[in-house]
Amino acid sequence: MSAPESETPGSASSRAKDHSPWNWLLFIPIVVPLIPVFFNADSPRVLGFPRFYWLQLAYILLGVATTTLVYQLTKKRGGR
Amino acid sequence: MWRDHLTEIIVFAVLFLLVSAMGFVAARWRAPKDMAHLDEWGLGGRSFGGWVTWFLVGGDLYTAYTFVAVPALMFGAGAAGFFAVPYTIVIYPLVFLVLCRLWSVSHRHGFVTPADFVRSRFDSPVLALLIAITGIVATMPYIALQLVGIEAVLKTMGVTGDSAVARHLPIIIAFAILAAYTYQSGLRAPALIAFVKDALIYIVILVAVIWLPQKLGGWGSIFDAAEAKFAASPNPNDGILLNANNQLQYVTLALGSALALFLYPHSITGVLASRNRDVIKRNMSALPAYSLVLGLIALLGFMAIAAGVKPLPGATAGTVDSNTVVPVLFDQQFPDWFAGVAYAAIGIGALVPAAIMSIAAANLFTRNIYKEYLKRDATPAQEANVSKITSLVVKVGAVACIVFLDPQFSIDLQLIGGVIILQTLPAVALGLYTRWFHRGALVAGWAAGMGLGMWMLYQIPNVATKRSHFGGSAFPLSDFGFDTTKTIYVGIVAVLVNLVVAALVTLALRAAKVAEGVDGTTPDDYFADEGDPRVSPGVTRGADAAPEPVAPEPAA
Repeated sequence: MSAPESETPGSASSRAKDHSPWNWLLFIPIVVPLIPVFFNADSPRVLGFPRFYWLQLAYILLGVATTTLVYQLTKKRGGR
Repeated sequence: MWRDHLTEIIVFAVLFLLVSAMGFVAARWRAPKDMAHLDEWGLGGRSFGGWVTWFLVGGDLYTAYTFVAVPALMFGAGAAGFFAVPYTIVIYPLVFLVLCRLWSVSHRHGFVTPADFVRSRFDSPVLALLIAITGIVATMPYIALQLVGIEAVLKTMGVTGDSAVARHLPIIIAFAILAAYTYQSGLRAPALIAFVKDALIYIVILVAVIWLPQKLGGWGSIFDAAEAKFAASPNPNDGILLNANNQLQYVTLALGSALALFLYPHSITGVLASRNRDVIKRNMSALPAYSLVLGLIALLGFMAIAAGVKPLPGATAGTVDSNTVVPVLFDQQFPDWFAGVAYAAIGIGALVPAAIMSIAAANLFTRNIYKEYLKRDATPAQEANVSKITSLVVKVGAVACIVFLDPQFSIDLQLIGGVIILQTLPAVALGLYTRWFHRGALVAGWAAGMGLGMWMLYQIPNVATKRSHFGGSAFPLSDFGFDTTKTIYVGIVAVLVNLVVAALVTLALRAAKVAEGVDGTTPDDYFADEGDPRVSPGVTRGADAAPEPVAPEPAA
């Protein structure tokens, strides 16, 4: 889980690295929920929910999973 | 009339008084040595950890108006109202990417508002003033709308009167209490109250989504009831799915609202109050829990259809107040005491964002108008004092809007607010990444986006309410001469024009060699985190030790 890092030792504790390439993953939960072709249909229903509703609610999990993953991949080494 | 709702009123009043007491006590919570500093009053000492930030930002973004208006939209239009879900999914990765940089540069330089940042980044008091005014104007109607949320609840409980003053008295009292404890405790008050608000909201929603579908014959029949209602209505654009015409509107509205939401001063206030970058990033994974709740709340609109709810009559004869859909649903389906809890959740849900918004607007006034133009050498204590008084003025203004103007006017202004706050995107959000844009060009782009946005909103009629202007945010593309029936969100078009104008004027000004000013920030500032020796507040709490936080102040 080593993202490319280039920093001077002196500032290691106070410098965050938000130029990691992993950040590009965050565009997945920005783009995917905005494509209506995926969710704009009734079938299949899950627990009575048309696809329009359950799939968009499921995108919340996609968002959570992606931000959590990126946070874990980019947080400081030896972090809290 | 109100006697039928006595249990509800008592439960509501008790919970309301409980949080009011908490608001006053909050001044002593995590008490600073000296409250007379804007960092303390307006940003809670910039010290909030993960949990507090989660409740604060959650309470901030998901307002009482959202809880009332989103299901009302679902009730009236169906699937189009569900845009709130993708909207609140898309925003978190954006914040994760962008606002972390704003947090860093703000902590190093002691910025309190987005306009502070723009002032320093582009060396332009004019641009900063425009950003500040845009923020204040966009926030004011948002505060007024929180009152619409409370009013829907009071109306359902039968607490209403014939004259304008009698009808609004409960709201005036509620806001007077709110104003008093915000004045005293600053951002600590909403942060503490947010715990109660969210606990109530989560309980109510969990009960509602488990209990109501059982009573109404299951989720499948709820959706079927909604489908049947929309099939019977003459409006071609409602239904439980989107049609070919409103898909573009749905997507652009979700994206545009997400971009607007994190440019609103009150969300930036919540983010800047957190302790470090880690807190922000972890919160972006945790805050979507609220999106799930919001999605379920939206579906209350369909449950209301299945339960055969009839909204209460509106202010003028012959109209209905669709905002009462959810309160009426609770009144019909829940036992009285639990309906009281649900109403308290909505009422308290209005207080948290109203407090944060008034603080954010007050900070903008203090930092970017008072200090910039009225009193250059204001001390931190004077700044805090001006902010406290401004927060009172802002709330009086919000109450006046509701009492003296048609609430519809606030809803129109809120609609406009989302479009105009988007016009700060190039300066604030892109400014965090690049200084390529010329300060003059950003002003030109802002003006172009503003003008176009206003014109487009003015052109949109609302057939349902028979109004010819400001009828919504869905602009028919055929008005631009395209041969289509599709509609698009006004804000997205306006901000794209803003960007194009800003880019073209930048090239022109650069060719003409117009001075660009000096960047007051360094690339390194955008990555600074807690523990950086140059990150200003938090350690120096005493008034005597507090350094003047604005770093690159020109000698004036």
